[in-house]
Amino acid sequence: MGSTNSTLLKIPNVEVLMQETGFSPAHIIRLHDRFKALDKEGRGYLCPQDFGAIKELAMNPIGDRIIGAFFSPGKETVDFHAFVKILAHFRPVDKDRPKEPNSPEPINSRSNKLKFAFQLYDQDKDGKISRDELLKVLRAMLGMQVTEEQLESIADRTIQEADLDRDDAISFEEFRKSLEKVNIDHKMSIRFLR
Amino acid sequence: MKMLLLLLLLGFGCGLVFCDQNTSDPHGRRVFPVLSINYDYVQMPFEVSLWILLASLMKLGFHLIPRLSGVVPESCLLIVVGLLVGGLIRVMGKNPPVLDSQLFFLCLLPPIILDAGYFLPIRPFTENAGTILTFAVVGTLWNAFFVGAALYGVCRLESGRLASFDLLSCLLFGSIVSAVDPVAVLAVFEEIHINELLHILVFGESLLNDAVTVVLYHLFEEFAHAGAVTAGDVFLGVVCFFVVALGGVMVGAVYGVLAAFTSRFTSHTRVIEPLFVFLYSYMAYLSAEVFHLSGIMALIACGVVMRPYVEANISHKSYTTIKYFLKMWSSVSETLIFIFLGVSTVAGPHAWNWTFVTITIFLCLLSRVLGVVGLTYIINKYRMVKLSGKDQFIVAYGGLRGAIAFSLAFLLSRDDFPMKDMFLTAIITVIFFTVFVQGMTIRPLVDLLAVKKRKQSKCSINEEIHTQFLEHLLAGIEGVCGHYGHHHWRDKLNRFNKHYIKRCLIGGERSQEPKLISFYNKMELKQALMLLESNSSANLSTAVTAAVPRQRSRKTLNISKEREEEIRKILRANLQKTRQRLRSYSRHTLMPDAEDDDWSETLLRKQRVEMERRMSHFLTVPARRESPPARRAPVESDSRALAARPSVLISISDETSDGPRESRGRKPSVKFALDAEEQKLPRCLSDPGPDQLPEEDEEHIHQTD
Repeated sequence: MGSTNSTLLKIPNVEVLMQETGFSPAHIIRLHDRFKALDKEGRGYLCPQDFGAIKELAMNPIGDRIIGAFFSPGKETVDFHAFVKILAHFRPVDKDRPKEPNSPEPINSRSNKLKFAFQLYDQDKDGKISRDELLKVLRAMLGMQVTEEQLESIADRTIQEADLDRDDAISFEEFRKSLEKVNIDHKMSIRFLR
Repeated sequence: MKMLLLLLLLGFGCGLVFCDQNTSDPHGRRVFPVLSINYDYVQMPFEVSLWILLASLMKLGFHLIPRLSGVVPESCLLIVVGLLVGGLIRVMGKNPPVLDSQLFFLCLLPPIILDAGYFLPIRPFTENAGTILTFAVVGTLWNAFFVGAALYGVCRLESGRLASFDLLSCLLFGSIVSAVDPVAVLAVFEEIHINELLHILVFGESLLNDAVTVVLYHLFEEFAHAGAVTAGDVFLGVVCFFVVALGGVMVGAVYGVLAAFTSRFTSHTRVIEPLFVFLYSYMAYLSAEVFHLSGIMALIACGVVMRPYVEANISHKSYTTIKYFLKMWSSVSETLIFIFLGVSTVAGPHAWNWTFVTITIFLCLLSRVLGVVGLTYIINKYRMVKLSGKDQFIVAYGGLRGAIAFSLAFLLSRDDFPMKDMFLTAIITVIFFTVFVQGMTIRPLVDLLAVKKRKQSKCSINEEIHTQFLEHLLAGIEGVCGHYGHHHWRDKLNRFNKHYIKRCLIGGERSQEPKLISFYNKMELKQALMLLESNSSANLSTAVTAAVPRQRSRKTLNISKEREEEIRKILRANLQKTRQRLRSYSRHTLMPDAEDDDWSETLLRKQRVEMERRMSHFLTVPARRESPPARRAPVESDSRALAARPSVLISISDETSDGPRESRGRKPSVKFALDAEEQKLPRCLSDPGPDQLPEEDEEHIHQTD
């Protein structure tokens, strides 16, 4: 217990962090260790190269998008707070937490999870997934095995299905609606972070 | 209607009675027999066929009676029929046949299990694998020991006949009666359409508990022979469990891989493709049974392993054949099993003992409830989607016993177990109780408790894409966290599968095709067919083609610029939205190739048909329109409806003046492609699984053969 307390004390504003994200001290410690392991030069922040060193991300078709999601627009570094805040999206939802009417929505609510996923699609941050953005994602996921035409027809079909206001792009509401039958709490949670 | 059924029963009973009679001509010098009867020659196949015919006619009959099938599950009705038939045979003076265990285990059970295993929904199964295994293994063990020990306690207290029961017999009885039966569960749950999670939990449990049941059964049987039980024996029993379960799975997996590999080379002998699937699976089952491994798990493993590869390799027709044959056999098997259960009830020697039977039923229910509640409490700590009270109730209530328990009891030898008759009677009573009482009441209870039903959702490409995206996302996040979780391993498995296994087991180009593409193609196919159906219904008697996804070839067509502009203007004025992507679906002249089904054809046609519906009032395209014969209507309408490709529109309108539709000339038009494809035999949808079955039935009504 002594070592955990001392580690916790080393992290600035750890109380606020735990309050915002809902992580327990044990989780914060674990994430801190992981952060330190990634931050090989001990600078206290991570840059894209550190993420790039993770093997799984390199092999992942949307690895670069995930890395991009950690960095706020314009910034080149991510500190521990931001790191934990992003990962907080993937905490399993606590069903038994009492809903205080004045507190902001927890980071790991269904809506916020969906917003996070939406932002990964919507790289130019205009609030819509355009056909091109969708094509890019499909190309990344399907790789070289399909022809351009197939990709285009899939993209067309996808937009046709989801697009309700006929603006040829998928807005966040439409995105949310198309996933209403999917159990997002289950699909976007990592048990490790409970 | 009811008279018909009664007559049927009567006729059948009489038939069976006459079965045994031998007619021969006894006298010396006889006239040349113009007509003679030799029943012995065909007796065996005749009787078997008669039984199966009866079973199928009964099934037909139930669905003709209006409200019956809604209230009473089929299994109950079949047992009642079995009772009636058994009673009839008894009345006629013969001894009704009993459900022969060998027949049951070797002929009747495998089709049902194969059907279940081949169409097992893999994703929910693997997501809930931990829960299912816990219920299957720990739950069954708890049930067996609880029932056995409690029964022993009761027998000790009771005087008279029951006092002779020793602990081992009681434990054996407990292990036989505690296993949830897949046949009964399938039969009842099929009709109530509860949500996928509950269905897979109960059903998965019923499949996997076979390993436990086999081990316990053999264990206690051996011990009954041996007499004394040592700690070493118990330890060996535990080892045996792992051997039986894992051995069964491995045997099944090996045969599955063999089947997948064989299917890679069957492109020239499409006709026997289904045969390989059935044979390899059956061999897996039999091989596992040779070593007393769990045959059910072998069969499930075989089906699960071979399915993705075999489906990529075989033709659509073979796929449909496999599906319908499996459904047919499993349906017949199930019917026969229940009828035989009824007949055996009338036949078998019974030893009724009020105490034993009522205590058994009570204990079964109690142990089931306690087991489920207790296990769920522990399991919920590890689950992300917790099981609510309602779910637990359904899981507990859905623990039906069935014919497997009966057959296992029937196999007991009377020397070791003098109380075999009492066991049989008790087991039959438990089976009746669960099937009748629980089976009949579960449907109104499901409605009453408002348990979530199975979602009848159309498959959506959005969901598919986003789900895959999320899987990649989570695998990546797990990488960031440094945590090797569920998604990481699944990702690794998929990659391994893609790089190595698929190369070996899937022939040709299909090995490269990603899942999303096949999903998309299937969806397009379905929609194309649906649109065509709704468009033409009675008129379209021509065949519908299914496009096997292959690499598309690029095709282009030339058109005149101003024609194109004209058409586009008209369309723009009348449609809500026009897509001016003229060049994106361009095509060359089409060469007839009997083997090459072009996926894009269907896409083209689908879009045309869709447009046609929208534009039917508006557009006046300069093409011949005078009332074409009914069969040509779709082509004409298709030709009108090209919003996105006026190019092809033009060429078709030029071609309509040509000869009959069936002309086989080499015309550079899409219309020709229609002809070519129509000449081919109709092919059917490739459907992902049993859920789609009713939908496909309707479509088949419209298709010609």
